[in-house]
Amino acid sequence: MPRSRSLLSPGVDRFLAAVGDGSEFVVRFFGSFWRPPWHVREVIRQCFEVGVRSLPLISLTGFITGIVFTKQSRPSLAAFGATSWLPSLITLALVRSLAPLVTALVCTGRVGSSIGAELGSMKVTEQIEAMEVSAINPFKYLVVTRTLATTLMVPVLTIYCCFVGLTGSFLNVAGNEAQSLQAFVKSGFAQISFLDLWSSVAKSFIFGFTIGIIACYQGFHASKGTEGVGRAANASVVLAMFAVFIEEVLIVQVIHWLRSV
Amino acid sequence: MSDREPVIRVRGLARSFGENRVLAGVDLEVGPAENVVVLGRSGSGKSVLIKIIVGLLAPDAGVVEVFGQDVHRLRPRELDAIRVRIGFSFQSSALYDSMNVRENLEFPLRMNRRGLTEGAVRDAVNEALDAVGLAGAIDQMPSELSGGQRKRVGIARTLILNPEIMLYDEPTAGLDPNTCGEINELILRVREKYHTSSIIITHDLTCAKVTGDRVAILLDGVLFRIGTFESVFADPDPRIRSFYDYNFVTKATS
Repeated sequence: MPRSRSLLSPGVDRFLAAVGDGSEFVVRFFGSFWRPPWHVREVIRQCFEVGVRSLPLISLTGFITGIVFTKQSRPSLAAFGATSWLPSLITLALVRSLAPLVTALVCTGRVGSSIGAELGSMKVTEQIEAMEVSAINPFKYLVVTRTLATTLMVPVLTIYCCFVGLTGSFLNVAGNEAQSLQAFVKSGFAQISFLDLWSSVAKSFIFGFTIGIIACYQGFHASKGTEGVGRAANASVVLAMFAVFIEEVLIVQVIHWLRSV
Repeated sequence: MSDREPVIRVRGLARSFGENRVLAGVDLEVGPAENVVVLGRSGSGKSVLIKIIVGLLAPDAGVVEVFGQDVHRLRPRELDAIRVRIGFSFQSSALYDSMNVRENLEFPLRMNRRGLTEGAVRDAVNEALDAVGLAGAIDQMPSELSGGQRKRVGIARTLILNPEIMLYDEPTAGLDPNTCGEINELILRVREKYHTSSIIITHDLTCAKVTGDRVAILLDGVLFRIGTFESVFADPDPRIRSFYDYNFVTKATS
Protein backbone atom coordinates (compact mmCIF):
# COMPACT_ATOMS: atom_id res chain seq x y z
CA MET A 1 0.00 0.00 0.00
CA PRO A 2 1.53 3.36 -0.96
CA ARG A 3 2.39 5.58 1.99
CA SER A 4 0.97 9.07 1.87
CA ARG A 5 3.60 11.78 1.93
CA SER A 6 3.40 14.95 3.96
CA LEU A 7 3.26 18.04 1.73
CA LEU A 8 4.31 20.61 4.33
CA SER A 9 4.81 19.18 7.80
CA PRO A 10 2.85 16.58 9.74
CA GLY A 11 1.46 19.31 12.02
CA VAL A 12 0.21 21.43 9.11
CA ASP A 13 -1.21 18.33 7.43
CA ARG A 14 -3.09 17.42 10.61
CA PHE A 15 -4.42 20.98 10.91
CA LEU A 16 -5.59 21.02 7.30
CA ALA A 17 -7.16 17.59 7.69
CA ALA A 18 -9.04 18.80 10.80
CA VAL A 19 -10.25 21.90 8.92
CA GLY A 20 -11.42 19.66 6.07
CA ASP A 21 -13.20 17.28 8.46
CA GLY A 22 -14.79 20.17 10.31
CA SER A 23 -16.04 21.76 7.08
CA GLU A 24 -17.47 18.42 5.99
CA PHE A 25 -19.23 18.16 9.37
CA VAL A 26 -20.82 21.60 8.88
CA VAL A 27 -21.90 20.76 5.32
CA ARG A 28 -23.37 17.49 6.61
CA PHE A 29 -25.37 19.45 9.20
CA PHE A 30 -26.91 21.70 6.56
CA GLY A 31 -27.58 18.69 4.35
CA SER A 32 -29.36 16.87 7.21
CA PHE A 33 -31.30 19.30 9.38
CA TRP A 34 -34.13 20.05 6.96
CA ARG A 35 -34.73 16.38 6.08
CA PRO A 36 -37.12 14.20 8.15
CA PRO A 37 -37.20 12.72 10.72
CA TRP A 38 -36.87 15.94 12.76
CA HIS A 39 -36.83 14.53 16.31
CA VAL A 40 -38.85 17.51 17.54
CA ARG A 41 -39.17 16.10 21.06
CA GLU A 42 -35.40 15.75 21.37
CA VAL A 43 -34.88 19.30 20.05
CA ILE A 44 -37.31 20.61 22.70
CA ARG A 45 -35.52 18.59 25.40
CA GLN A 46 -32.18 19.98 24.31
CA CYS A 47 -33.61 23.54 24.18
CA PHE A 48 -34.66 23.03 27.80
CA GLU A 49 -31.17 21.76 28.70
CA VAL A 50 -29.44 24.66 26.94
CA GLY A 51 -31.94 27.43 27.69
CA VAL A 52 -33.68 26.87 30.99
CA ARG A 53 -30.73 25.25 32.75
CA SER A 54 -28.45 28.14 31.76
CA LEU A 55 -30.78 30.78 33.21
CA PRO A 56 -29.28 30.95 36.73
CA LEU A 57 -25.73 31.39 35.40
CA ILE A 58 -26.79 33.92 32.75
CA SER A 59 -28.80 35.83 35.37
CA LEU A 60 -25.81 36.06 37.68
CA THR A 61 -23.19 36.94 35.05
CA GLY A 62 -25.51 39.38 33.21
CA PHE A 63 -26.52 41.17 36.40
CA ILE A 64 -22.93 41.46 37.65
CA THR A 65 -21.73 42.62 34.22
CA GLY A 66 -24.36 45.38 34.22
CA ILE A 67 -23.49 46.60 37.73
CA VAL A 68 -19.70 46.35 37.36
CA PHE A 69 -19.59 47.96 33.92
CA THR A 70 -21.72 50.86 35.17
CA LYS A 71 -19.61 51.26 38.29
CA GLN A 72 -16.32 51.16 36.38
CA SER A 73 -17.50 53.59 33.67
CA ARG A 74 -18.76 56.25 36.11
CA PRO A 75 -15.37 57.81 37.08
CA SER A 76 -14.36 58.34 33.43
CA LEU A 77 -17.68 60.02 32.60
CA ALA A 78 -17.74 61.96 35.88
CA ALA A 79 -14.41 63.59 34.91
CA PHE A 80 -16.31 65.31 32.08
CA GLY A 81 -19.47 65.81 34.11
CA ALA A 82 -21.22 63.38 31.79
CA THR A 83 -22.63 60.73 34.13
CA SER A 84 -26.02 61.31 32.48
CA TRP A 85 -24.57 59.41 29.51
CA LEU A 86 -24.17 56.26 31.61
CA PRO A 87 -27.50 54.64 30.56
CA SER A 88 -26.77 55.24 26.90
CA LEU A 89 -23.18 53.96 27.18
CA ILE A 90 -24.16 50.82 29.07
CA THR A 91 -27.11 50.04 26.78
CA LEU A 92 -24.97 50.44 23.68
CA ALA A 93 -22.22 48.24 25.12
CA LEU A 94 -24.60 45.57 26.35
CA VAL A 95 -26.72 45.39 23.21
CA ARG A 96 -23.90 45.59 20.71
CA SER A 97 -21.28 43.39 22.33
CA LEU A 98 -21.38 42.53 26.02
CA ALA A 99 -24.63 40.55 26.15
CA PRO A 100 -23.90 38.39 23.07
CA LEU A 101 -20.31 37.78 24.19
CA VAL A 102 -21.05 37.08 27.85
CA THR A 103 -23.90 34.73 26.88
CA ALA A 104 -21.78 32.94 24.29
CA LEU A 105 -18.88 32.48 26.70
CA VAL A 106 -21.13 31.23 29.51
CA CYS A 107 -22.84 28.81 27.11
CA THR A 108 -19.49 27.65 25.77
CA GLY A 109 -18.38 26.75 29.27
CA ARG A 110 -21.63 25.24 30.47
CA VAL A 111 -23.24 23.78 27.36
CA GLY A 112 -20.27 23.23 25.04
CA SER A 113 -18.31 21.22 27.58
CA SER A 114 -21.40 19.22 28.50
CA ILE A 115 -22.21 18.32 24.88
CA GLY A 116 -18.56 17.50 24.13
CA ALA A 117 -18.30 15.22 27.16
CA GLU A 118 -21.69 13.57 26.60
CA LEU A 119 -21.12 12.73 22.95
CA GLY A 120 -17.47 11.84 23.64
CA SER A 121 -18.56 9.40 26.31
CA MET A 122 -21.20 7.94 23.97
CA LYS A 123 -18.57 7.56 21.26
CA VAL A 124 -15.98 5.72 23.34
CA THR A 125 -18.59 3.40 24.89
CA GLU A 126 -19.97 2.46 21.44
CA GLN A 127 -23.38 4.03 22.14
CA ILE A 128 -23.18 5.98 18.89
CA GLU A 129 -22.43 2.77 16.96
CA ALA A 130 -25.32 1.11 18.79
CA MET A 131 -27.63 3.79 17.39
CA GLU A 132 -26.25 3.30 13.92
CA VAL A 133 -26.80 -0.46 13.93
CA SER A 134 -30.36 0.12 15.17
CA ALA A 135 -30.97 2.08 11.94
CA ILE A 136 -31.07 5.37 13.84
CA ASN A 137 -29.03 8.16 12.28
CA PRO A 138 -26.84 9.35 15.19
CA PHE A 139 -25.84 12.49 13.32
CA LYS A 140 -29.46 13.55 13.05
CA TYR A 141 -30.45 12.45 16.52
CA LEU A 142 -27.43 13.78 18.41
CA VAL A 143 -25.70 16.46 16.33
CA VAL A 144 -28.57 18.15 14.52
CA THR A 145 -30.81 18.33 17.61
CA ARG A 146 -28.10 19.73 19.89
CA THR A 147 -26.77 22.23 17.35
CA LEU A 148 -30.30 23.43 16.60
CA ALA A 149 -30.94 23.84 20.32
CA THR A 150 -27.84 25.98 20.89
CA THR A 151 -28.54 27.99 17.71
CA LEU A 152 -32.09 28.76 18.89
CA MET A 153 -31.42 29.23 22.60
CA VAL A 154 -28.28 31.43 22.62
CA PRO A 155 -30.15 34.38 21.02
CA VAL A 156 -32.98 34.01 23.56
CA LEU A 157 -30.45 33.90 26.39
CA THR A 158 -28.68 36.92 24.90
CA ILE A 159 -31.88 38.99 25.00
CA TYR A 160 -32.43 37.82 28.57
CA CYS A 161 -28.81 38.63 29.49
CA CYS A 162 -29.25 42.11 28.03
CA PHE A 163 -32.39 42.64 30.10
CA VAL A 164 -30.75 41.41 33.32
CA GLY A 165 -27.59 43.45 32.66
CA LEU A 166 -29.64 46.61 32.12
CA THR A 167 -31.54 45.88 35.33
CA GLY A 168 -28.24 45.67 37.22
CA SER A 169 -27.07 48.86 35.57
CA PHE A 170 -30.33 50.67 36.38
CA LEU A 171 -30.14 49.69 40.04
CA ASN A 172 -26.63 51.13 40.22
CA VAL A 173 -27.59 54.31 38.36
CA ALA A 174 -30.76 54.71 40.43
CA GLY A 175 -28.74 54.34 43.63
CA ASN A 176 -26.04 56.83 42.62
CA GLU A 177 -27.71 59.30 40.29
CA ALA A 178 -31.28 58.92 41.59
CA GLN A 179 -32.48 58.44 38.02
CA SER A 180 -35.98 57.09 37.37
CA LEU A 181 -36.61 53.94 35.36
CA GLN A 182 -38.41 55.92 32.68
CA ALA A 183 -35.47 58.32 32.29
CA PHE A 184 -33.01 55.41 32.25
CA VAL A 185 -34.90 53.60 29.49
CA LYS A 186 -35.45 56.75 27.44
CA SER A 187 -31.84 57.83 27.66
CA GLY A 188 -30.50 54.28 27.27
CA PHE A 189 -32.37 53.43 24.10
CA ALA A 190 -32.04 56.85 22.46
CA GLN A 191 -28.84 55.78 20.70
CA ILE A 192 -29.93 52.22 19.85
CA SER A 193 -30.78 51.61 16.21
CA PHE A 194 -32.59 48.76 14.55
CA LEU A 195 -29.24 47.64 13.11
CA ASP A 196 -27.83 47.31 16.66
CA LEU A 197 -30.68 45.04 17.74
CA TRP A 198 -30.76 43.03 14.55
CA SER A 199 -27.00 42.52 14.40
CA SER A 200 -26.88 41.47 18.05
CA VAL A 201 -29.51 38.79 17.57
CA ALA A 202 -27.98 37.63 14.28
CA LYS A 203 -24.58 37.43 15.94
CA SER A 204 -26.05 35.32 18.74
CA PHE A 205 -27.46 32.84 16.22
CA ILE A 206 -23.97 32.47 14.75
CA PHE A 207 -22.40 32.08 18.22
CA GLY A 208 -25.00 29.49 19.18
CA PHE A 209 -24.40 27.50 16.03
CA THR A 210 -20.64 27.69 16.53
CA ILE A 211 -20.83 26.44 20.12
CA GLY A 212 -23.13 23.55 19.19
CA ILE A 213 -21.36 22.36 16.08
CA ILE A 214 -17.86 22.53 17.60
CA ALA A 215 -18.94 20.65 20.74
CA CYS A 216 -20.72 18.00 18.67
CA TYR A 217 -17.74 17.63 16.33
CA GLN A 218 -15.34 17.17 19.23
CA GLY A 219 -17.61 14.66 20.96
CA PHE A 220 -18.33 12.77 17.76
CA HIS A 221 -14.60 12.39 17.05
CA ALA A 222 -13.49 11.48 20.57
CA SER A 223 -11.19 8.49 20.91
CA LYS A 224 -8.83 6.83 23.39
CA GLY A 225 -11.26 6.13 26.23
CA THR A 226 -11.86 8.43 29.18
CA GLU A 227 -8.84 10.55 28.26
CA GLY A 228 -10.53 11.23 24.92
CA VAL A 229 -13.75 12.30 26.66
CA GLY A 230 -11.83 14.85 28.74
CA ARG A 231 -10.05 16.09 25.64
CA ALA A 232 -13.33 16.43 23.74
CA ALA A 233 -14.88 18.48 26.55
CA ASN A 234 -11.81 20.67 26.85
CA ALA A 235 -11.40 21.19 23.11
CA SER A 236 -15.11 22.03 22.81
CA VAL A 237 -14.66 24.95 25.21
CA VAL A 238 -11.29 26.21 23.97
CA LEU A 239 -12.08 26.04 20.26
CA ALA A 240 -15.59 27.48 20.63
CA MET A 241 -14.31 30.43 22.70
CA PHE A 242 -11.58 31.07 20.14
CA ALA A 243 -14.10 30.86 17.28
CA VAL A 244 -16.57 33.17 19.07
CA PHE A 245 -13.90 35.88 19.50
CA ILE A 246 -12.79 35.59 15.87
CA GLU A 247 -16.43 35.81 14.73
CA GLU A 248 -17.01 38.82 16.99
CA VAL A 249 -14.10 40.67 15.36
CA LEU A 250 -15.31 39.83 11.85
CA ILE A 251 -18.97 40.64 12.55
CA VAL A 252 -18.04 43.99 14.13
CA GLN A 253 -16.23 44.88 10.89
CA VAL A 254 -19.27 43.94 8.81
CA ILE A 255 -21.65 45.91 11.07
CA HIS A 256 -19.31 48.87 11.00
CA TRP A 257 -19.33 48.75 7.22
CA LEU A 258 -23.13 48.45 7.14
CA ARG A 259 -23.44 51.45 9.46
CA SER A 260 -21.25 53.53 7.18
CA VAL A 261 -23.13 52.82 3.92
CA MET B 1 -33.88 -15.68 -1.99
CA SER B 2 -34.66 -19.34 -1.24
CA ASP B 3 -35.09 -20.68 2.30
CA ARG B 4 -31.81 -22.61 2.22
CA GLU B 5 -29.59 -19.88 0.80
CA PRO B 6 -27.04 -18.33 3.15
CA VAL B 7 -28.31 -15.19 4.87
CA ILE B 8 -24.74 -13.87 5.16
CA ARG B 9 -22.14 -14.42 2.46
CA VAL B 10 -18.64 -12.94 2.83
CA ARG B 11 -16.10 -13.25 0.03
CA GLY B 12 -12.46 -12.14 -0.07
CA LEU B 13 -12.90 -9.62 2.72
CA ALA B 14 -9.79 -7.54 3.45
CA ARG B 15 -9.27 -4.63 5.81
CA SER B 16 -6.17 -2.85 7.07
CA PHE B 17 -5.61 -0.18 9.70
CA GLY B 18 -2.52 1.72 8.57
CA GLU B 19 0.21 -0.85 8.10
CA ASN B 20 -1.67 -3.48 10.09
CA ARG B 21 -3.51 -5.88 7.80
CA VAL B 22 -6.24 -7.29 10.03
CA LEU B 23 -8.35 -9.19 7.50
CA ALA B 24 -6.63 -10.62 4.46
CA GLY B 25 -9.28 -12.48 2.49
CA VAL B 26 -12.04 -13.83 4.71
CA ASP B 27 -14.67 -16.13 3.18
CA LEU B 28 -17.69 -17.15 5.24
CA GLU B 29 -21.27 -18.23 4.77
CA VAL B 30 -23.97 -18.41 7.43
CA GLY B 31 -27.13 -20.35 6.73
CA PRO B 32 -30.67 -19.80 8.03
CA ALA B 33 -30.97 -20.41 11.80
CA GLU B 34 -27.30 -21.37 11.97
CA ASN B 35 -24.92 -20.31 14.74
CA VAL B 36 -21.36 -19.75 13.51
CA VAL B 37 -18.69 -19.00 16.09
CA VAL B 38 -15.60 -17.05 15.05
CA LEU B 39 -12.70 -17.70 17.38
CA GLY B 40 -9.42 -15.87 17.45
CA ARG B 41 -6.88 -14.12 19.60
CA SER B 42 -7.43 -10.56 20.84
CA GLY B 43 -6.72 -8.11 18.04
CA SER B 44 -7.09 -10.75 15.33
CA GLY B 45 -9.91 -8.82 13.63
CA LYS B 46 -12.97 -10.77 14.84
CA SER B 47 -14.92 -7.65 15.83
CA VAL B 48 -13.80 -5.88 12.66
CA LEU B 49 -15.38 -8.72 10.67
CA ILE B 50 -18.88 -8.26 12.17
CA LYS B 51 -18.60 -4.47 12.09
CA ILE B 52 -17.97 -4.73 8.35
CA ILE B 53 -20.92 -7.11 7.97
CA VAL B 54 -23.28 -4.60 9.59
CA GLY B 55 -21.78 -1.68 7.64
CA LEU B 56 -20.11 0.12 10.55
CA LEU B 57 -16.74 -0.24 8.84
CA ALA B 58 -15.98 -0.33 5.13
CA PRO B 59 -13.79 -3.10 3.72
CA ASP B 60 -10.68 -2.41 1.62
CA ALA B 61 -11.65 -5.32 -0.64
CA GLY B 62 -14.21 -8.08 -0.84
CA VAL B 63 -17.97 -8.43 -0.81
CA VAL B 64 -20.45 -8.77 2.05
CA GLU B 65 -23.94 -9.91 1.12
CA VAL B 66 -26.70 -9.93 3.71
CA PHE B 67 -30.06 -11.32 2.57
CA GLY B 68 -28.56 -11.35 -0.94
CA GLN B 69 -27.73 -7.63 -0.95
CA ASP B 70 -24.23 -6.18 -1.08
CA VAL B 71 -24.16 -4.18 2.16
CA HIS B 72 -21.48 -1.76 0.99
CA ARG B 73 -23.27 -0.81 -2.21
CA LEU B 74 -26.56 0.10 -0.58
CA ARG B 75 -27.92 3.62 -0.12
CA PRO B 76 -28.27 4.76 3.52
CA ARG B 77 -32.01 4.09 3.57
CA GLU B 78 -31.56 0.60 2.07
CA LEU B 79 -28.78 -0.13 4.57
CA ASP B 80 -31.08 0.92 7.43
CA ALA B 81 -33.73 -1.49 6.13
CA ILE B 82 -31.14 -4.29 6.40
CA ARG B 83 -29.90 -3.14 9.80
CA VAL B 84 -33.39 -3.34 11.29
CA ARG B 85 -33.24 -7.06 10.50
CA ILE B 86 -29.86 -7.47 12.23
CA GLY B 87 -29.29 -7.44 15.98
CA PHE B 88 -25.85 -6.42 17.19
CA SER B 89 -24.80 -7.22 20.74
CA PHE B 90 -21.78 -5.11 21.67
CA GLN B 91 -18.90 -6.31 23.82
CA SER B 92 -19.43 -3.30 26.11
CA SER B 93 -23.24 -3.74 25.86
CA ALA B 94 -23.38 -0.08 24.70
CA LEU B 95 -26.53 0.69 26.70
CA TYR B 96 -27.58 4.36 26.56
CA ASP B 97 -26.49 5.41 30.01
CA SER B 98 -28.81 8.42 30.19
CA MET B 99 -31.85 6.13 29.79
CA ASN B 100 -33.23 3.43 32.07
CA VAL B 101 -33.74 -0.14 30.86
CA ARG B 102 -37.28 0.52 29.64
CA GLU B 103 -36.19 3.59 27.65
CA ASN B 104 -33.20 1.72 26.23
CA LEU B 105 -35.58 -0.87 24.80
CA GLU B 106 -38.24 1.59 23.70
CA PHE B 107 -35.78 3.84 21.86
CA PRO B 108 -35.03 1.66 18.77
CA LEU B 109 -38.68 0.59 18.63
CA ARG B 110 -40.09 4.12 18.66
CA MET B 111 -37.52 5.28 16.10
CA ASN B 112 -38.12 2.41 13.68
CA ARG B 113 -41.80 1.58 14.14
CA ARG B 114 -43.45 4.95 14.24
CA GLY B 115 -47.14 4.92 14.92
CA LEU B 116 -47.08 2.07 17.45
CA THR B 117 -49.53 2.50 20.31
CA GLU B 118 -48.23 2.90 23.87
CA GLY B 119 -49.69 -0.51 24.69
CA ALA B 120 -47.87 -2.19 21.81
CA VAL B 121 -44.57 -0.59 22.87
CA ARG B 122 -45.11 -1.69 26.48
CA ASP B 123 -45.91 -5.26 25.39
CA ALA B 124 -42.86 -5.45 23.15
CA VAL B 125 -40.58 -4.20 25.94
CA ASN B 126 -42.02 -6.70 28.42
CA GLU B 127 -41.70 -9.56 25.93
CA ALA B 128 -38.07 -8.75 25.13
CA LEU B 129 -37.17 -8.44 28.82
CA ASP B 130 -38.98 -11.69 29.58
CA ALA B 131 -36.98 -13.39 26.82
CA VAL B 132 -33.72 -12.47 28.58
CA GLY B 133 -35.12 -13.10 32.08
CA LEU B 134 -34.83 -9.52 33.30
CA ALA B 135 -38.42 -8.34 33.69
CA GLY B 136 -37.64 -7.02 37.17
CA ALA B 137 -34.95 -4.62 35.99
CA ILE B 138 -37.22 -2.52 33.80
CA ASP B 139 -36.86 0.72 35.76
CA GLN B 140 -33.18 0.38 36.62
CA MET B 141 -30.43 2.54 35.15
CA PRO B 142 -27.58 0.79 33.27
CA SER B 143 -25.14 1.85 36.01
CA GLU B 144 -27.17 -0.19 38.53
CA LEU B 145 -26.85 -3.42 36.52
CA SER B 146 -24.19 -6.12 36.77
CA GLY B 147 -22.05 -7.03 33.76
CA GLY B 148 -24.21 -10.06 32.93
CA GLN B 149 -27.43 -8.07 33.27
CA ARG B 150 -26.05 -5.34 31.00
CA LYS B 151 -25.26 -7.98 28.36
CA ARG B 152 -28.76 -9.38 28.62
CA VAL B 153 -30.39 -5.97 28.38
CA GLY B 154 -28.17 -5.27 25.35
CA ILE B 155 -29.46 -8.46 23.74
CA ALA B 156 -33.07 -7.60 24.69
CA ARG B 157 -32.66 -4.21 23.02
CA THR B 158 -31.77 -5.93 19.76
CA LEU B 159 -34.53 -8.55 20.11
CA ILE B 160 -37.21 -5.90 20.35
CA LEU B 161 -36.97 -5.36 16.59
CA ASN B 162 -37.36 -9.13 15.93
CA PRO B 163 -34.02 -9.53 14.13
CA GLU B 164 -33.38 -12.34 11.68
CA ILE B 165 -29.62 -12.20 12.25
CA MET B 166 -27.76 -11.76 15.54
CA LEU B 167 -24.15 -10.66 15.74
CA TYR B 168 -22.65 -11.18 19.19
CA ASP B 169 -19.36 -9.46 19.95
CA GLU B 170 -17.63 -11.29 22.83
CA PRO B 171 -20.89 -12.10 24.65
CA THR B 172 -19.14 -13.75 27.61
CA ALA B 173 -16.10 -11.50 27.95
CA GLY B 174 -15.47 -10.32 31.50
CA LEU B 175 -18.19 -12.47 33.07
CA ASP B 176 -17.92 -15.15 35.75
CA PRO B 177 -18.37 -18.80 34.64
CA ASN B 178 -21.97 -19.05 35.91
CA THR B 179 -23.04 -15.90 34.10
CA CYS B 180 -21.20 -17.11 30.99
CA GLY B 181 -23.30 -20.26 31.14
CA GLU B 182 -26.49 -18.19 31.38
CA ILE B 183 -25.46 -16.08 28.39
CA ASN B 184 -24.68 -19.23 26.37
CA GLU B 185 -28.13 -20.59 27.18
CA LEU B 186 -29.66 -17.26 26.25
CA ILE B 187 -27.96 -17.33 22.84
CA LEU B 188 -29.45 -20.77 22.20
CA ARG B 189 -32.89 -19.67 23.46
CA VAL B 190 -32.81 -16.64 21.17
CA ARG B 191 -32.13 -18.86 18.17
CA GLU B 192 -34.93 -21.19 19.18
CA LYS B 193 -37.50 -18.45 19.80
CA TYR B 194 -36.62 -15.96 17.06
CA HIS B 195 -35.11 -18.43 14.51
CA THR B 196 -32.09 -16.18 14.10
CA SER B 197 -28.87 -16.88 12.26
CA SER B 198 -25.93 -15.78 14.38
CA ILE B 199 -22.27 -14.99 14.25
CA ILE B 200 -20.73 -15.23 17.69
CA ILE B 201 -17.35 -13.60 18.14
CA THR B 202 -15.49 -14.99 21.12
CA HIS B 203 -12.28 -16.44 22.46
CA ASP B 204 -14.20 -18.52 24.99
CA LEU B 205 -14.11 -22.15 23.81
CA THR B 206 -16.91 -23.22 26.14
CA CYS B 207 -19.16 -20.59 24.57
CA ALA B 208 -18.04 -21.81 21.13
CA LYS B 209 -18.71 -25.45 21.96
CA VAL B 210 -22.14 -24.82 23.51
CA THR B 211 -23.54 -22.26 21.06
CA GLY B 212 -21.87 -22.98 17.72
CA ASP B 213 -23.15 -25.25 14.96
CA ARG B 214 -19.88 -24.46 13.21
CA VAL B 215 -16.68 -22.94 14.48
CA ALA B 216 -14.21 -20.88 12.46
CA ILE B 217 -10.71 -19.92 13.59
CA LEU B 218 -9.44 -16.51 12.48
CA LEU B 219 -5.67 -16.63 12.13
CA ASP B 220 -3.41 -14.21 10.26
CA GLY B 221 -6.38 -12.45 8.70
CA VAL B 222 -8.08 -15.52 7.21
CA LEU B 223 -10.49 -18.14 8.49
CA PHE B 224 -7.97 -20.90 8.98
CA ARG B 225 -10.36 -23.77 9.79
CA ILE B 226 -14.15 -23.99 9.60
CA GLY B 227 -16.23 -26.92 10.77
CA THR B 228 -17.78 -28.50 13.81
CA PHE B 229 -16.07 -27.82 17.13
CA GLU B 230 -14.75 -31.39 17.29
CA SER B 231 -13.40 -31.43 13.73
CA VAL B 232 -11.66 -28.08 14.08
CA PHE B 233 -9.99 -28.98 17.36
CA ALA B 234 -8.96 -32.40 16.10
CA ASP B 235 -6.44 -30.46 13.98
CA PRO B 236 -2.91 -31.01 15.23
CA ASP B 237 -1.78 -27.50 14.18
CA PRO B 238 0.08 -26.10 17.22
CA ARG B 239 -1.66 -22.69 16.96
CA ILE B 240 -5.05 -24.38 17.32
CA ARG B 241 -3.82 -26.76 19.98
CA SER B 242 -2.42 -23.96 22.12
CA PHE B 243 -5.78 -22.20 21.98
CA TYR B 244 -7.55 -25.37 23.10
CA ASP B 245 -4.99 -26.26 25.77
CA TYR B 246 -5.19 -22.83 27.39
CA ASN B 247 -9.00 -22.77 27.48
CA PHE B 248 -9.49 -26.28 28.79
CA VAL B 249 -6.30 -26.41 30.85
CA THR B 250 -5.26 -29.74 29.36
CA LYS B 251 -1.58 -28.80 29.44
CA ALA B 252 0.09 -28.59 32.82
CA THR B 253 1.80 -25.29 33.55
CA SER B 254 5.19 -25.51 35.14
